[in-house]
Amino acid sequence: MKRLTLLAAALLALLAGCGGDDNEGTQAAGTTTAASASCDKGQLQLVNPGQLTVGTDNPAFPPWFDGGTPKGSSWEINDPSTGKGFESAVAYAVAQKLGFAKNEVKWVVVPFNLSFKPGTKNFDFDINQVSVTEERDRAVDFSDSYYDVNQALVALNGTTLANATSLDDLKEARLGAQIGTTSLGYIQDTIQPEKDPRVYDTSNDVVAALNAKQIDGIVVDLPTAFFLVGAEEVKNGTVVGQFENVSGEQEHFGMLFEEGNTLRDCVNDALAELKSAGTLDQIQQEWLSEKASAPVLK
Amino acid sequence: MAVGKGERSGPEVERGSRSSRILGGGGGGRSLAIATVSSIVFFGAIALVVVNSPGWPAVKESFFYWPEFRESLPDIAQAFKTNVKLFLVAEVFILIFALVLAILRGLPGPAFFPLRLVSTVYTDVFRGIPTILLIYMLGFGIPALALQGVPTSEFFWGVVALVLVYSAYVAEVYRAGIESIHPSQEAAARSLGLSRSQALRYVVVPQAVRRVVPPLLNDFIGLQKDTALVALLGLVEAFRQSQIEVAGSFNFTPYLATALLFLLLTIPLTRFTDWLIARNRRRELARA
Repeated sequence: MKRLTLLAAALLALLAGCGGDDNEGTQAAGTTTAASASCDKGQLQLVNPGQLTVGTDNPAFPPWFDGGTPKGSSWEINDPSTGKGFESAVAYAVAQKLGFAKNEVKWVVVPFNLSFKPGTKNFDFDINQVSVTEERDRAVDFSDSYYDVNQALVALNGTTLANATSLDDLKEARLGAQIGTTSLGYIQDTIQPEKDPRVYDTSNDVVAALNAKQIDGIVVDLPTAFFLVGAEEVKNGTVVGQFENVSGEQEHFGMLFEEGNTLRDCVNDALAELKSAGTLDQIQQEWLSEKASAPVLK
Repeated sequence: MAVGKGERSGPEVERGSRSSRILGGGGGGRSLAIATVSSIVFFGAIALVVVNSPGWPAVKESFFYWPEFRESLPDIAQAFKTNVKLFLVAEVFILIFALVLAILRGLPGPAFFPLRLVSTVYTDVFRGIPTILLIYMLGFGIPALALQGVPTSEFFWGVVALVLVYSAYVAEVYRAGIESIHPSQEAAARSLGLSRSQALRYVVVPQAVRRVVPPLLNDFIGLQKDTALVALLGLVEAFRQSQIEVAGSFNFTPYLATALLFLLLTIPLTRFTDWLIARNRRRELARA
């Protein structure tokens, strides 16, 4: 994945004639500054002119979205337009960098499966905890990382799995994950338990299965793990620990664009500025601050 | 069966093979030629419209991507075994349970009213509930009760839900078969000294079942496809496996692979059903 994005970034840089080749660590891909003229608000490649259309799935779950739903809102759990929650805050910060006022950002419902269907998209970018992989990058375009994510394990207090301290302790567990997540891939490729993992349609179903003890544990991204336990979605549950990334590759979330959308480069510029100014860190501290507190299962 | 399909000697054969002749028309080389040309024009026109549509390259890349197909097929075929297990186990129970229901419903006299009532209400209820809801309610609901000794297995509850729903359908098929047997058959059997249950066992049910084999196979095919609904409970069967592949690659081709696997199973069965229907008709006409 990284190689491909790096290559793509290098190519873009060449095309733009300003080979800004400042690879800072692992996520430098695409931080090259495209010709700034094309990032003028009036020049952007947008679905609806003058407005930034951002997609995410409904319901919008914490901690990615927060602030509840104002009266009359068609969103469930949280309305992204509150600006609260990590992904909402990131989207508005990017929008601001691109020159959009808050009321020029419009949110549309984009179920995960529809975010990568062929054809034209009804959003400028989709921000929905989508992990970037090389395979997926073939079908769509991704921004640089806006969040480096670790997978984590949730289990019920008092069970054997709740006391796990290493990957070996998970071998005999029946684990579950939500479909479409990289969590499943992590179970299959890295944990490799003896029992087949269970795969569910929605995060509600995963939780129902854990509560019904049909599975011993849930593998899910760390912030969601804390939400599931903290909000009592999983009754009497605990975040057992988080996992290290496989083979040193840092899994990360990226915003999803229609293949070839030039807006991507402008969003990458905005992200780079937010990173260097420390704004992204602040947003992360505000909404996803628990990260440090889960032990690492090796 | 004595007369082959292609021969057109007697009127019985003509009528008997009606359902299996899809060419239509009077026969001979001319109708074959017309059918061929018309097919080429018809399907060719559709193909042209699809291939020349502006979105075709994107759709082709998304739904008909050979490397993805090749890569996902082995995993999906592996998961398809779960579907096969599901419908084979379920079908055994369905065939037995549904026959019991159908017989209960056919019991005569006021004394058996409660049994008839139970059978009727059962059929009404379970034929009316969407299978997907029943799978959800049983599969997540009952294990959540945390009762001692009650299984939590997704496979188990998936099979239970399928058996409950399909038994209701199949019981109606059996009932239609039983009711289609002329009352004189039972009367004749009774007059030979068979008891009511013996007449049912040796005379009515065997004839009825033979008559309803085609619709039974029809429901069996429906059952095969509905095994995909058990994925809801987290069980990784062919459809769920293809969803996993799709989510991993953002490419929809694995769905095509799954569809083909199902077709590979259902098409031969459908043809077999057609053949059975044709054979039954020939036999009955030959007897008449």
